[in-house]
Amino acid sequence: MADSTPQSVLRFEHVSVSFGDTVALNDVSFELKTGNTRIIYGAAGSGKSVMLKIALGLLKPNSGKVFVFGEDTTNLKEKDLFPIRSKMGVLFQEGGLFDSMTIEDNVAYPLENSIASPNGKAGLPEDQISTRVREALRFVELEQTLAKFPSELSGGMRRRAGIARAMVNEPPLMLYDSPTAGLDPITANMIIALIVKARDTKNTTSAIVTHRYQDGQLLANFRYNPESGRLERSEKNGDGVCSRTTFMVFGEGRLVFEGTQDELDRSTDPYVSKFKAVKP
Amino acid sequence: MLDFFKRPILALQDFFILTGRALRNIFRSPHYTDDILLQMDVIGVGSLPIVILTGGFSGAVMALQMSRALATYGATGQVGQIVAITLVRELGPVLSALLVAGRSGSGMASELGSMKVTEQIDAMRALGTDPIQKLVTPRLLATAIMLPLLTIISDLIGLVGGFLVASIMLNTTASQYWNSAYRALVWNDLAQGLLKPFVFGMVIALVGCFYGLRTSGGTQGVGLATTKAVVVASVWIFVITFFITQIFVNQQ
Repeated sequence: MADSTPQSVLRFEHVSVSFGDTVALNDVSFELKTGNTRIIYGAAGSGKSVMLKIALGLLKPNSGKVFVFGEDTTNLKEKDLFPIRSKMGVLFQEGGLFDSMTIEDNVAYPLENSIASPNGKAGLPEDQISTRVREALRFVELEQTLAKFPSELSGGMRRRAGIARAMVNEPPLMLYDSPTAGLDPITANMIIALIVKARDTKNTTSAIVTHRYQDGQLLANFRYNPESGRLERSEKNGDGVCSRTTFMVFGEGRLVFEGTQDELDRSTDPYVSKFKAVKP
Repeated sequence: MLDFFKRPILALQDFFILTGRALRNIFRSPHYTDDILLQMDVIGVGSLPIVILTGGFSGAVMALQMSRALATYGATGQVGQIVAITLVRELGPVLSALLVAGRSGSGMASELGSMKVTEQIDAMRALGTDPIQKLVTPRLLATAIMLPLLTIISDLIGLVGGFLVASIMLNTTASQYWNSAYRALVWNDLAQGLLKPFVFGMVIALVGCFYGLRTSGGTQGVGLATTKAVVVASVWIFVITFFITQIFVNQQ
């Protein structure tokens, strides 16, 4: 990797959020550095999706601070958040695609509609936008669906189109909100393979929220081989992806566990063990 | 007791914040002209058939209803005057607005509501667009522009409907009808007849978008938001028409 000292990409300092009487996040602190991958486990309602929304500035914490690319975004106004958000790609739980637009327009959306750039255009001419859209869709192997609407695609294809839209302007930080939720195991593994491919070919920092234990195992132990175009197991030691992948487990708004894969495997915490119990 | 009032007052405050931001965005770039034109087509051109139909029948029924009262004074020839005044001042604007509230206001609430529950609104913000600028302002502009135009058409068709009843059933001549209709109208009538739909249009769009963007709780929430949008917009139409009429009535 080119950068020798990893920079802080995303940092939470004692973040707490509650909605009415329900506490969604309770004093959560962590840091994610360049080139690293963070896998965030948690059951439904454990606050993991809320955490991603706070990272994006879509929700404001009740207390604590959030830093994105070293900048304090906690109290930024919506319009000042736009330039920071343009450096973050997000895949929403159901893909978050716009129903009223074709897949092509959906993927082109970040390039054509960003307020952060002058005139609402990213300053790219039409043909370049079209090339980038096609590239992004080729990356997720959905080139043939350009003119289709999201409702015409299957759940897995919508997720893939969502990934294409999130990465079309090549953001240095990618956030995935439950990318495999509600998918069959084969499609789910395919989505994870795409996330691995995006991480390894674009060198992005990633945070993946999931409730599937095997998603984390795949992300931590496999890397994308650009020559064969397939995933292969990476060596456990040395500069493998494993050492750059860390895990967090959320339980009822609290950060129950944070550490490496080995530490996760050794953890005896009852809540963490529940996740490991569903090992394939 | 205080809690009882807190929710509606907070909601009203949110509504005015949304209104302020939507109006402010009219003068700020980026301007989503394509979205404005699309909404004008959906709201304006799309509502044309039902507005024509109801406009025509409301004019006809006004002529028919009034003919009995007028006959007592032997003044059925003046039916054009009554049709013109009631249509232009009140029935045209209010009926068109109620139809557009039922058709487009509900559409806005359900569309924005579905976008909200499927995280499309969040996605929009995450991708660097202001949902108010992209979704609310175009709908506000489109409705405020198209509703007065729809009302003009509705008034005109209503007058024709009244004329058909007057000439076929009441044996009024064409010149008698159109003369009395034309003479009855003064600038004051036209001013309130056009101001009303302009204000109604803004209210319909803002209420529809407001409830849409507040949707929570899945598909059930979308249904609830749609119902609320139509009911609240319709009630406001009646309240506002009273106050606008009150202003104009004293300025004859």
